[in-house]
Amino acid sequence: MSSAMLELILEATLDTLYMVAVSGVIAAALGVPLGVLLYVTRPGQILAQPLSNRVLGIVTNIGRSIPFIILMVAIIPFTRMLVGSSIGTNAAAVPLTIAAIPFVARLVEGALNEVPPGLVEAAQSMGATPLQIITKVLLPEARGGIITGLTITVVTLISYSAMAGAVGGGGLGDLGIRYGYNRFNPTVMLITVVILVVLVQGFQMLGDYLVRRTDHK
Amino acid sequence: MITLDHVSKTYGSGAGAIHALKPTDLHVPQGAIHGVIGLSGAGKSTLIRCVNLLERPTTGRVFVDGEELTALDGAALNRARHRVGMIFQHFNLLSSRTVFANVALPLELMGVAKREIRERVEPLLELTGLSDKRDKYPAELSGGQKQRVAIARALASRPKVLLCDEATSALDPQTTVSILELLQDINRKLGLTILLITHEMEVVKTICHRVGLISAGELVEQADVGDFFTTPATRLGRDFLNAFLELEPPQALVDRLEARPGDNSHPVVRLAFKGDAVSTPLISRLARDCDIDVSILEAKVESIQDRTLGLMIAELIGTPEQTAKALAYLESHDLQVEVLGHVQRDA
Repeated sequence: MSSAMLELILEATLDTLYMVAVSGVIAAALGVPLGVLLYVTRPGQILAQPLSNRVLGIVTNIGRSIPFIILMVAIIPFTRMLVGSSIGTNAAAVPLTIAAIPFVARLVEGALNEVPPGLVEAAQSMGATPLQIITKVLLPEARGGIITGLTITVVTLISYSAMAGAVGGGGLGDLGIRYGYNRFNPTVMLITVVILVVLVQGFQMLGDYLVRRTDHK
Repeated sequence: MITLDHVSKTYGSGAGAIHALKPTDLHVPQGAIHGVIGLSGAGKSTLIRCVNLLERPTTGRVFVDGEELTALDGAALNRARHRVGMIFQHFNLLSSRTVFANVALPLELMGVAKREIRERVEPLLELTGLSDKRDKYPAELSGGQKQRVAIARALASRPKVLLCDEATSALDPQTTVSILELLQDINRKLGLTILLITHEMEVVKTICHRVGLISAGELVEQADVGDFFTTPATRLGRDFLNAFLELEPPQALVDRLEARPGDNSHPVVRLAFKGDAVSTPLISRLARDCDIDVSILEAKVESIQDRTLGLMIAELIGTPEQTAKALAYLESHDLQVEVLGHVQRDA
């Protein structure tokens, strides 16, 4: 294999990591609070707002139900407005982020739901405010579940970012399709797949390690 | 210290409404250990959770240390809750925090400075016998140790009142005793007022000064513990006591018991002795003075704190006139007499 090809593969790998990192960080920054909101506004919860909860739930479900490939195309005008282009890694990061936010939110909501209600009650009996309950009880107690959720999100983003290659997003998926599939180069195809597998394995192991380190259950 | 004034709790409304707690008055004086006993679903949990407003009462007023909690909400209620500690059946410790950090939690919530937190937590760990466990996580502790952490945590904000929601129900008998001793110790050392709910007579017997009996959301009986264990006022109170003392007539006898006296039958009685009666040789005097025979079927003596309680199931054998005289004799000697029925004697 030529050194030019190796350079392309390295560049594509970095592009993939870049897309996953940008969309992952932004999605976590917005998805975690959204997940907390979805949980604490449930009926009977510490900030029960049944109506807002329904509306938030529906919006989240819509985000979760649109197939990524359609979402990617559908929001091209928005993407162009935001990053000035509809192709390239920055452009691909926009739909990736949009898709990941509700995904993260639902996983966080699920992790919070695993916190025994008795702990919230105990905190209330100590005179904790709702914000204190969130920061001192709910989030720390759900930390393992939230890390698991974020790991799933990163893995999903890696595979979605490969799909972004289909619309010229750059990265390993793009490389695989253009060189491997369109030009019948099975070696390139294989290498991109192997790198993706290694990335997924690596992030999963990192996630599992972090969960093990923080979980004292 | 704790006063409930016509406090009730109703879930839902209209025909489907559930009256978990009917209007209830309760007063627990400073320094007392007050128990509320009842079967599950009787409204015990609702009652205790109304005290710190984990459940907001539908009607009535709650006073703790002279302050009306039902008039408060938001920040003022949270401040008032610092003066009311609570422990739970399932401990409710944070699994992500060490023993030290769990006990420190209420102080963090109050905004106490780090250095002062340390100064206040360490003595509590000592008091509850947890100094060597300070850096362990709850998952590494036994049930009894977890409840000790919960007690230390409940005391951290220096409350005036401690609420115990079935605090020993998940523990084995031996651990229960050690936790009850700790609660008693705290009550004496710190003058802490304790309100506890339980379904175990053992708990009431061991540490409570007064007890309330709750049934179907209603406090049906309130008494000093000594009185409750000797002369419960209600049917339910007697059922609790008999189940606790395991003093029921043998089944073979129950099968032969008839409600009305027959031609040649003898009464079977349950006698409850208390106070001086326990140490008086009443039965032999009874036999002598009334000229009857007494067949003792079951007997038991229990110490309830500083009192002694004797219980006996006996058959009085004699003519109807003699047994009638015997019953009158027993009743005149400050004994609680209950005629369980009559058994036919084979001539």
